Amino acid sequence: MKKFDEIVQDLAPRKFERAGIIWIVVLIFFIVLGIIAYIDQLIQGQVVTNMRDYALWGIYISNFVFFVATSFVGSVAVAILRLTKNRWRTPLVRIAEIITLACIIMAGITITLDIARPDRLLNLFVHARLQSPITWDIIIIPTFIVISILLLYFPLLPDFAILKDHFAKTKPRLSKVYGILSLKWTGSTAQKAFQKKSIRLVSILILLSGILLQTIDAWLFSTTYRTGWDSTNFAPYFISGAFVAGIGALISVIYLVRRRRKLEDYITDFHFDKMGKMLAMACLIYIYFNINEYLMPQFTAKKGEQEHLQALFTGHYAPLFWMVTIVGLVIPVIVLMFKKGRKPLPMFIIAIVVVIGSWWKRYIIITPTLLEPFLPIQGVPESWHSYFPSLHEWAITVATLAMALLIITLLIRYLPAVPIQRIYDEQKEAETLKKIPS
Amino acid sequence: MEDNTKKSRRTFLDRGLKIGIAGVLGGIGLSKLSAKLTEGKAAPSGETMELMTTDGTLIEVDTSEVMEVSHNHHHNMDYNVREGIPNRKFVMVVDLAKCKNALKCQSSCNKNHYITGDNAWLKVYKMQESPDTAPYWLPTMCQHCDKPACVTVCPVDATFKREDGLVLIDNERCIGCRFCMAACPYSTRVFNWGDPGQEVTLNLEMTDYEPTPEYAGKPSLKGTVDKCDFCPHMVKEGELPHCVTACPNGVFYFGDKYEDTVTNGEETVRLSKLLEDKSGYRLMENLGTEPSVYYLPPVDRLVDYEDGLPFYNEFQSVEKPAEE
Repeated sequence: MKKFDEIVQDLAPRKFERAGIIWIVVLIFFIVLGIIAYIDQLIQGQVVTNMRDYALWGIYISNFVFFVATSFVGSVAVAILRLTKNRWRTPLVRIAEIITLACIIMAGITITLDIARPDRLLNLFVHARLQSPITWDIIIIPTFIVISILLLYFPLLPDFAILKDHFAKTKPRLSKVYGILSLKWTGSTAQKAFQKKSIRLVSILILLSGILLQTIDAWLFSTTYRTGWDSTNFAPYFISGAFVAGIGALISVIYLVRRRRKLEDYITDFHFDKMGKMLAMACLIYIYFNINEYLMPQFTAKKGEQEHLQALFTGHYAPLFWMVTIVGLVIPVIVLMFKKGRKPLPMFIIAIVVVIGSWWKRYIIITPTLLEPFLPIQGVPESWHSYFPSLHEWAITVATLAMALLIITLLIRYLPAVPIQRIYDEQKEAETLKKIPS
Repeated sequence: MEDNTKKSRRTFLDRGLKIGIAGVLGGIGLSKLSAKLTEGKAAPSGETMELMTTDGTLIEVDTSEVMEVSHNHHHNMDYNVREGIPNRKFVMVVDLAKCKNALKCQSSCNKNHYITGDNAWLKVYKMQESPDTAPYWLPTMCQHCDKPACVTVCPVDATFKREDGLVLIDNERCIGCRFCMAACPYSTRVFNWGDPGQEVTLNLEMTDYEPTPEYAGKPSLKGTVDKCDFCPHMVKEGELPHCVTACPNGVFYFGDKYEDTVTNGEETVRLSKLLEDKSGYRLMENLGTEPSVYYLPPVDRLVDYEDGLPFYNEFQSVEKPAEE
């Protein structure tokens, strides 16, 4: 059993090493590049993108959907595991909460990048109309941001108190900040009871608002007449997809944090095994909804549906579609079925593949549908018949991804990535259980 | 025949507001006008302009006098831009049997709405439902649906439905999210991706104009949505939309559903009878959007489909000014 001081030493935030600094510089470089591209987009208008009247939404929107989906990890890993009292969640939840917060903030920013008149954003409040799914989004995203901040913050209170003491001598100023953030946490029974209650409440809220968020995101599309979007299946389809993207992101980040911070004692193969099973389950559920989404319309084969599916199965989007489906979903499930596949390194590789697959999956959901309107595409330049993002769009999108990673990195830099107090408490609990003869 | 045409146009022009409100306000208007006239005529500017009187004849008037008339006129036509012209319900009928893709409608629409983008508001699709069925030309414009999907999804009420049936866009409120474009099943909406550049391309003093949903596209604004507006700027003057008057084949009929009359400028007909006799239908009726545009199927054609083929351009709907 590790001593309390040791645990604190292991888990307390630490300065970046060389690699960490390079990482930050690279991220900032891409962010600056994206900001330049965005300013140019503001000046010239969205003519700098490759979106046009038919492909009227592009990767800004699919990237937004990706961020929203990934933010679901908080609801899944934290709320579900907490509410079902799954013990193995302890070293994982903090990172899940951090990813959730970073992704939902970036989702909020990303959606405004797509709006061609950001100078009129205030209209969304001044002239808000409740019947528009965009208004629903405007209500749910800030709500979700607030709840995910609380979800991250409440369990941090005891850790802030620990960090205050830990840094009292070495870094008095940082210690003071942690002290303020700890809200005078002493660890008294009353405080603990109150904290437990609050966390439970926020867990329920994040679960509900998470499901709502994914649902509204799906409704953005399924409230239109478009082939491929006009589906009653869409909300659960999006929720299950978010499950996949979120856990994929969680495993990737956890693997990297564990390696860099040498947390092998805290995040063990056992945890990866559990997460691997969870990811496999998520992928299976998502495959089920994919079958609903793509095979059932094939059965009746209405004309529009037929053309849409043709383009996906054998047509223009076939390589991407099958990559996303086979490499991004089916192969991960197969690999994860084996115990060896659930070791940290193979899991990391799979998780990265799953996350990339999830990103392109959103592209596949959005672009083909827009290019298959009810009336044929005629009377517009030939280039409007297809869509592939422009350099501006790539630069801006990469910047949003870099910004999400930067937020995650900075939060992990200044917060204990693994809950200190909880790890200690659970260890103590386990010890006492061992001592009692059965 | 001549007489008949005149009469039919008069029916269209006379009905509705113009005479009605003119009757009510006529007295006031006349007294004001006479007061102004006795005040002494303003010095003639020397410039004259052509105007059309209520019975359809063209007259030439000195520009100095136009002010007074338009002043009166403005009072006569005062209505809320978002509510529309009271007690009207504008509809259009497109007779596919007459369309041979002459594209005069499109060029007139483009010109009069100062369209500078690459996607016209009015498009003539080359259609063929299946290999066994006859091809035909399908002009489409905004269908001005009674249950418009675009209006439902607009988060800021920038696009709205008026009581007179028109779906218009307030491009000073539009945030450019393009949800309406995604929602519209008729692909009728176009976006100003960049600066519309209307003053450059068309050499217009666009800066003088305030954008109004009543005259969509004048001027267009960067980052906002445009679409066919059913030409309320013409209708309120008692004129027909540009596409209707431009069509050499009388394909388009425009009118008022409450009056049950539509006209293509040559003949005025009962809407209900026309739709009944010629089996009128609406585009994608199954979607439940309740369009205000009716189509008459391409049967007993008066023109040959093939005549339109030379004009067909798959990749262009807005003519670009010749490059210098």
